[in-house]
Amino acid sequence: MRYHTPQTFEDAARIAAGAAGVTRFLAGGTDVLVQMRSGLVLPDDMIDLKHIPGVRDIARTADGGWRIGVAVSGAELGEHAALKADWPGVVEAMELIGSTQVQGRATLTGNLCNGSPAADSVPGLVAAGAMVTVTGPSGSRDVAVETIPAGPGKTALAPGELISAITLPPRGAHGGDAYLRFIPRTEMDIAVVGCAVNLVLDGDQIASARVALGAVAPTVILVPEAAAAITGTALDAAALEALAGAASAAARPISDKRGTADFRTEVAGVLARRVAEIAYARAKGHAK
Amino acid sequence: MAKDEMTREFKLVGTRALRPDGLDKVTGRARYGADFALPGMLWGAVVRSPHAHARIVGIDAAKALALDGVKAVVTRADFPAGLTGSDWDIQENVMAGEVALYDGHAVAAVAATSALIAQEAARLIEVSYDLLPHVTDVDAAMRPDAPAIRPGSADHTVPDGMSPNVVSYIEYGRGDLDAGFAEADIVREQTYKSEATHQGYIEPQACVGQLGADGKGEMWVTTQGQWYVRRDCANVLGLDVAQLRVTPSEIGGGFGGKTTVFMEPLALALSRKAGGKPVKLVMSRAEVLRATGPTASASMDVKIGMKKDGTMTAGRVEFRMQGGAFPGSPVPDALKCAFAPYKLPAVLHIGYDVLANRPKAAAYRAPGAPMAAFAVESLVDEMARELGLDPLELRQKNAVEEGDQSSYGPKFRKIGLKEVLAAARAHPNLAAPLGPNQGRGIATGYWSNYNGDTAVSMAVAEDGTVQVSVGTPDIGGSRASIGLMVAEYLGIPYESVRVNVVETGALAINEPTHGSRATFANGKAAVAACDQAIKEMCRRAAADWGIDAEAVEWIDGAAQPAGPNAGKFPPMSLAEIAGRMSDSGGPIAGHFEGIPRGVGASFGTHVVDVEVDPETGRTTILRYLVVQDAGRAIQPAYVEGQYQGGAAQGIGWALNEGYVYGADGRLQNATFLDYRIPVASDLPMIDTVIVEVPNPGHPFGVRGVGETGIAPPLPAVANAVAAATGVRLRELPMSPPKVLEAIRGRRDG
Repeated sequence: MRYHTPQTFEDAARIAAGAAGVTRFLAGGTDVLVQMRSGLVLPDDMIDLKHIPGVRDIARTADGGWRIGVAVSGAELGEHAALKADWPGVVEAMELIGSTQVQGRATLTGNLCNGSPAADSVPGLVAAGAMVTVTGPSGSRDVAVETIPAGPGKTALAPGELISAITLPPRGAHGGDAYLRFIPRTEMDIAVVGCAVNLVLDGDQIASARVALGAVAPTVILVPEAAAAITGTALDAAALEALAGAASAAARPISDKRGTADFRTEVAGVLARRVAEIAYARAKGHAK
Repeated sequence: MAKDEMTREFKLVGTRALRPDGLDKVTGRARYGADFALPGMLWGAVVRSPHAHARIVGIDAAKALALDGVKAVVTRADFPAGLTGSDWDIQENVMAGEVALYDGHAVAAVAATSALIAQEAARLIEVSYDLLPHVTDVDAAMRPDAPAIRPGSADHTVPDGMSPNVVSYIEYGRGDLDAGFAEADIVREQTYKSEATHQGYIEPQACVGQLGADGKGEMWVTTQGQWYVRRDCANVLGLDVAQLRVTPSEIGGGFGGKTTVFMEPLALALSRKAGGKPVKLVMSRAEVLRATGPTASASMDVKIGMKKDGTMTAGRVEFRMQGGAFPGSPVPDALKCAFAPYKLPAVLHIGYDVLANRPKAAAYRAPGAPMAAFAVESLVDEMARELGLDPLELRQKNAVEEGDQSSYGPKFRKIGLKEVLAAARAHPNLAAPLGPNQGRGIATGYWSNYNGDTAVSMAVAEDGTVQVSVGTPDIGGSRASIGLMVAEYLGIPYESVRVNVVETGALAINEPTHGSRATFANGKAAVAACDQAIKEMCRRAAADWGIDAEAVEWIDGAAQPAGPNAGKFPPMSLAEIAGRMSDSGGPIAGHFEGIPRGVGASFGTHVVDVEVDPETGRTTILRYLVVQDAGRAIQPAYVEGQYQGGAAQGIGWALNEGYVYGADGRLQNATFLDYRIPVASDLPMIDTVIVEVPNPGHPFGVRGVGETGIAPPLPAVANAVAAATGVRLRELPMSPPKVLEAIRGRRDG
């Protein structure tokens, strides 16, 4: 195995593009190292991104959003008061991943690129409308985060491409987001269903919303029908019921060791209701 | 002596003394199985079958042997042929012969100069298989047309016409069953199923083995029983037992799973083939889950007759358990525990030991008792609810006591079930108010406890401190308990006693730390050993004083003249005698070899409150109470630890743990991510009440406390979930999808 420590994303992309065998990018390593230890992946080239300047930074963008470096850990997100105030749902989702020790290493970008449909941080990013910067041998482009997952363990990134930053949009006024996952235990587990809701209020009415589901399809999915079910409402009982129905209808889960398809379908609706209520309360300025 | 001891006030027994291994464990200095290393040591890796059932057509190790650093490859051809019975079973489980019998079954092993090279070499060993039909479910395995796993392995007890996978049949009982059921106001019968669970010890199996061409070997290993490792390794490899020396490490949990061997003989076989270089083998978690002993899965029918006032008139159980591809599921002990808490005029037990394409079951904390309790205590609860009776009162009404004939035969000696039930009733948890979607469950469990081969020695050091050598690895604080009993008995400070867990060369054979025996058996044996030393110390004092040895007695850590007629001499302390022992006749020691009699059984009752989320089926444990008879708690904190540990494991078994097999017969959840043991935040602080009804068969009244506590949680949680939801789950684990489906069924129906 060859271990590389490029100083720029362009160099990292060039190394990856020129590599013949199995390549892995290393940020927190909480997926890659586990996969290596269990013999699932034995990379020929390991490209460590942590030597690139700025990868540990959380920075305000010019328009009031946030740019998050690829090696920023969950613990660092959790300690960032201003970011957490803007996007509590994104941060709480990331903080659910793994143990305290894992939180010191695990990253949003790594969670996204691992390609798991059950990735906890991805629904929150999708609901927030996050963008990612993709750097390849021929330059960089910004794309919506939901275009990256391509199926279990797969991403839409081409060989030689990598993500060089994640950008969250400006929060603006009267907005709130939240994430909940269902697990049989209380921690150290993987989502059987995950759901994130992000909404903006106009008075008591929901002016706009985004709803994303995890672990109920081959990728994390954005569910416009669920958003439509609550947009224009004050999240009354009928709206919540419609939201639950839309979320369950959008779920296309499998039955596996973690849960049955029926269970995931039903719980997707239950979680959507519960998450929407938290996001709504946050948008109203109620701590929840 | 025993009865006097029981009423005596103790100075040390019953105190919360610090455990002697505490500092090493909190500083990380304690050496566990994987911590041991030797110069020139090789690393081993094991090739395992990816198939549930497959004929091994060929093993080609050429590419592996060509790899730089590879020193040896072994297959079954490197083991002696001709073993029979359980010796053959162990050998076959250690390394498959003609057929791989389960996903994870070892088929080859390799040793190399590094762990990475060994793993690479293992991947290069090419094994070709012919797939055979497989079966993993116990009921499916019992069908006459089930794939035959080991034709001809049934013993003489099995009636004609059964599935070839039924290898043993048990039937016994007493009383007139038909009359008993006829006498009842209601007779109910239900079927319950429980999935296999793993002991889930934190420390994976690990060892270093060294074996020369001269047949002499050494092993350093994490185990509950070094003599069992010695015996099993010697049998599997065709060695003389005493030529192998086995040293146990500190142990990171075993719960019964480390009372036998899995990959340990492979380390010795590799070492022998590699010219006697030591070989280290450390299992991954996936190997632990795929290839070391889980417990059995079970399918169980229970039938109980009951009068309207709750009096039980008759009981019948039929238990079917698979213990993997080998005989030895815990069905006999499950039957024994089934009705043990109850006075029953008529009872019938039927059991089937069944083969399936799963790993060979090992002991797991009160083997069989949790499943039996789940089935019987669930039905008792169902019937109590139907009759509108208080479940605790119903148990008090039917509870066994001293002199009653047990459901499985012998008369109970002094037992504490009634005291346990009374203590549970008195606990404030029973009065805690319950909210919506909350429910309370109660259940009782039983374990008979065990003695076994026991050898202990004690010796006095020059300064009056004392060493005690025991053969049982310390899992639950036994060194502290043994130290307390020895110090109490000798009349010296606890800090003056060092208890050592020793290697096989230092004592006669010992059974492992199993059967809740370590504190019971070693305590009794150590007292006998101390008696020898006390007798000798009295003799030395008598010689010094010039009086008869019979005229000296041992009081408060010193030899003293027995009464005024014996003479007037100041007490001669243990330290004084020790300081002069080389001049007064040489070393002073005592020892015991035997099987300590007088085992005391232990009953426990658990009370749990749960809340079930009606929309997701997720169960939260709100509060949990363990009440159990310890006989005497030598070190109460470690008794409480055992109670809490048993409850935690039982809660996991009830709610989320379980082996998940795919249609291909492969284990789907061989990681702690998907084999869902409770994490700390899943559980409330578990409340404990130690009931002490001293065991008259032990000098300090000890019963043994390690195992009983895992039996009640399964039915207690099931009963609580039923109370919270109004639906009865008769299949474990009660995972959220199953609970939600049951709730939905109630809603729809």
